[in-house]
Amino acid sequence: MSQQPVQEKLTKAQPGDQPRIVNDFSMVVATVNGSGSQTSNMALIRALFRMGVPVSGKSLFPSNIQGLPTWFTIRASSLGYTARREKVEIVVAMNPATFLEDLQTIVPGGVCFHPDNFPAPRNRDDVVYYPMPVQSLVKEIDPPKELREYISNMAYVGIVASVLGIELEEIRKALFTHFRGKERAVESNMNMISRAYAWAEANLTKRDPYIVQRDHQTEGMILVDGNTAGALGSIYGGVSFSAWYPITPASSLPESLTEYLPKLRKEKDTGKATYAVVQAEDEIAAAGMAVGAGWMGARSMTATSGPGLSLMAEYVGLAFFVEVPVVIWDVQRMGPGTGLPTRTSQGDVMFVRYLGHGDTKHILLFPATPAECFEFGWRAFDLAERLQTPVFVMSDLDLGMNTWMSEAFEYPEEPMDRGKVLDADDLAQIGVFGRYRDVEGDGIAYRTLPGNPHPLATWFARGTGHNENALYSERAEDWASNMERLWRKLDTARDFVPRPVLFRHSGAHIGLIGYGSTDPAIQEARDRLSAAGVPTNYLRLRSIPFTLDVRAFIEEHDEVYVIEMNTDGQMRQLLQLEVPEHAAKLRSLSYNTGLPLSARWIVANVRPGKEG
Amino acid sequence: MATTTGTALPRSANVNLVGLERTDYKGLPSTLCQGCGHNSISSQIIAACYEMSVAPERLVKFSGIGCSSKSPAYFLSRSFGFNGLHGRMPSLATGALLANRSMKGIGVSGDGDTASIGIGQFIHLLRRNVPLVYIVENNGVYGLTKGQFSATADKGAMLKKGEANPFHPVDICFEALAANCGFVARSFAGDPRQVKELIKAALSFEGTAVLDIISPCVTFNNRDESTKSYAWGKQHEDPIHDMTVIPMREEIEIELEPGEATTVEMHDGSRVVLKKLERQYDPTDRMAAVTLLEQARINNELLTGLLYLNSNQPSLVDIGNLVLTPLSQLAEDVLRPAPATLELINSEFR
Repeated sequence: MSQQPVQEKLTKAQPGDQPRIVNDFSMVVATVNGSGSQTSNMALIRALFRMGVPVSGKSLFPSNIQGLPTWFTIRASSLGYTARREKVEIVVAMNPATFLEDLQTIVPGGVCFHPDNFPAPRNRDDVVYYPMPVQSLVKEIDPPKELREYISNMAYVGIVASVLGIELEEIRKALFTHFRGKERAVESNMNMISRAYAWAEANLTKRDPYIVQRDHQTEGMILVDGNTAGALGSIYGGVSFSAWYPITPASSLPESLTEYLPKLRKEKDTGKATYAVVQAEDEIAAAGMAVGAGWMGARSMTATSGPGLSLMAEYVGLAFFVEVPVVIWDVQRMGPGTGLPTRTSQGDVMFVRYLGHGDTKHILLFPATPAECFEFGWRAFDLAERLQTPVFVMSDLDLGMNTWMSEAFEYPEEPMDRGKVLDADDLAQIGVFGRYRDVEGDGIAYRTLPGNPHPLATWFARGTGHNENALYSERAEDWASNMERLWRKLDTARDFVPRPVLFRHSGAHIGLIGYGSTDPAIQEARDRLSAAGVPTNYLRLRSIPFTLDVRAFIEEHDEVYVIEMNTDGQMRQLLQLEVPEHAAKLRSLSYNTGLPLSARWIVANVRPGKEG
Repeated sequence: MATTTGTALPRSANVNLVGLERTDYKGLPSTLCQGCGHNSISSQIIAACYEMSVAPERLVKFSGIGCSSKSPAYFLSRSFGFNGLHGRMPSLATGALLANRSMKGIGVSGDGDTASIGIGQFIHLLRRNVPLVYIVENNGVYGLTKGQFSATADKGAMLKKGEANPFHPVDICFEALAANCGFVARSFAGDPRQVKELIKAALSFEGTAVLDIISPCVTFNNRDESTKSYAWGKQHEDPIHDMTVIPMREEIEIELEPGEATTVEMHDGSRVVLKKLERQYDPTDRMAAVTLLEQARINNELLTGLLYLNSNQPSLVDIGNLVLTPLSQLAEDVLRPAPATLELINSEFR
């Protein structure tokens, strides 16, 4: 990530022209939910990406199927920034209901594209308007009635492309990607886009400074959402069983499994499935199925969000105690309660860390990019089987559902770690087996899988108190020593979980700690802070339990800001428990509105030397 | 005279086809009450598995929570088992049995575990036709928590403190029929031979086999007027047929008069011989089963036997179109797609 201070990239064009702003804007497309604008927006953003311009796409959508307003923001940034911005330079106003409201969000000198039949606005003389003859363009094509609204959305793609300078050929290729090579779908959309583009070329004079130019900053990158990435990572991690229940914003992860598994994991000769995916009747059952399969020896997973986790708590706690490997994705949304189902949050951290009654602690991974969703997708299985316990991958709505520019997916560089499993031959050799015996002192006992024919292999999995041989026991010593071993195992986990990523800046005395989807905002904020004379070091957490790097980082700094998206500073609290002697150093920067974090908010709230 | 036979294999009298004796199917000593119906059912599970020559390592036991759910510890010590959560055994078994299609599943539940807290998972288990022998040890009462009503308690049943149950009981067989279960049976722990034969038949069925077995609780619900008591069961039991299961590869011969019995072949090649008693009953007629249950309710009878059998429904393993190798045993080169596939995927996101 660039260390340069942020500045509007202004280049003078021809003498007498107004300054041009190249590849730097946020464009909001305001539409009505269910009107099919996703294709249009993806065409625009992917075309920009294909032109080498760093981009991100964030959809702000209601919990509704059809009819309520929705906004899609495309940010282009020549400096490579992809966080949400609070300023909007360009609005494509396709929703009459929010038109006046949307106008108010534009910066002075900004741009508004709108259908020419919208009422004339009065109160923004400082905005460049481009009325679009959407109705007459659509009329020319005369699409079937049910497609009219969808095709209208293609009109703005053509006009915006013309005014900003987005190449038509790249839009075509973007659609090709979007429709997975279906030529007819591409052509029918391109028909409208090309007409609209031609109309704009012939009839509009450019009066705004925002332009797009080819760049080379997206080579080797991909444009994808975290849920798709997580599903693919799971597949390359060898997922063989998944049970799930639909919930926003997690559903697209298991749905991606269902999409990709048949392509990637059918047995060659027979066409039969090397996996099973079950849509359960609820999250209670989804968790139960995943635990059953994990116990049997499958690479087993589920994906859900906060309300689903509440239901899963029961089986997750059992899996922790029985020591069953299972991977659980939490694509977080805003809670408590039903909360804001379509808004992002990092509010489940504390809940998930301790999910279950009694003494329970879990392993949490925090991916920050789709590439990392992919990596943790496969790595989580290795960890779960190595540590014989549930492993949570903590994503969120922003990372999971929005469109991210990411490093390409990297093929797993290590073979699978199936953990400590004894087969019949092993048992014949060893001659002794106790399911919960800590043979190596790392707290991880050996397990056998059902079906193992050796007479020593059998054990009875139970949520009740058990001794080393998995036999029912109410003995005080058995209970205590088993819990001690479990805690020893959690300590061992520190050696296996992904270590944090550290970004340093010379002369920095201030530390920032963040995790997950806030990374782009923190990176951008660091550049701005440094330009303002406040250099910072940044530690991006990638797991709980914390590795020793975390303690060292906190010790090293005068002040450490823990940046997160929940109200109570949950990660900060967990860090305070980890380093109680430095608790006062840890300041909470928590932002919890449902919107992704912005760099501006961080910059405004990092105030060294002041009480946090 | 029709003769039903199997292939004879030479072996010693006390050893079954997998070379095991009956005692090899035993479990730990039961900690349930003396005389508990559940112990009798455990004994019949042992006998059935022995007679069906089940290899213990090919069988896996499941249960939920409650007295019934403790019992898998008391049979087949040489089989793996998972004592799961209250009312949630169906989901556990669903995942486990999909993960390893080569295992035979047997689940033991109770009336609270199935009909109260677990009714949802129970119905969905049947809807999916998970290959599992699902035994409900039905005593109409919560034992471990000391005598509260369950969802199968008789209307008007009395607690020790004198409180009467105001609600109609859930009929587990009715629920199973409504959920399109392909194997629905009712039995009585006081009729061990029938229990055993039904378990044997269920073990040879591929799909969910529901056995609702009235299993008296001698401590909390064994008063003579209770429909879940030994006395009531003994007085009111009316078997709809006399059932004998001939395991695949067995040498048993039964001689039958024409019209005296029907023989049904099960998925694994075992045969179920249903010998006619007083009534003419066709267990493949679902409406007949519903009618029979309703008549039994009206007439205050405990009709037992195989109420409904439909072997033509695909199990969840069939529906999943799974590879023959258990998913849990797939090797890394099968589980992880080749590197070239990932390059293609990356290119699709550009």
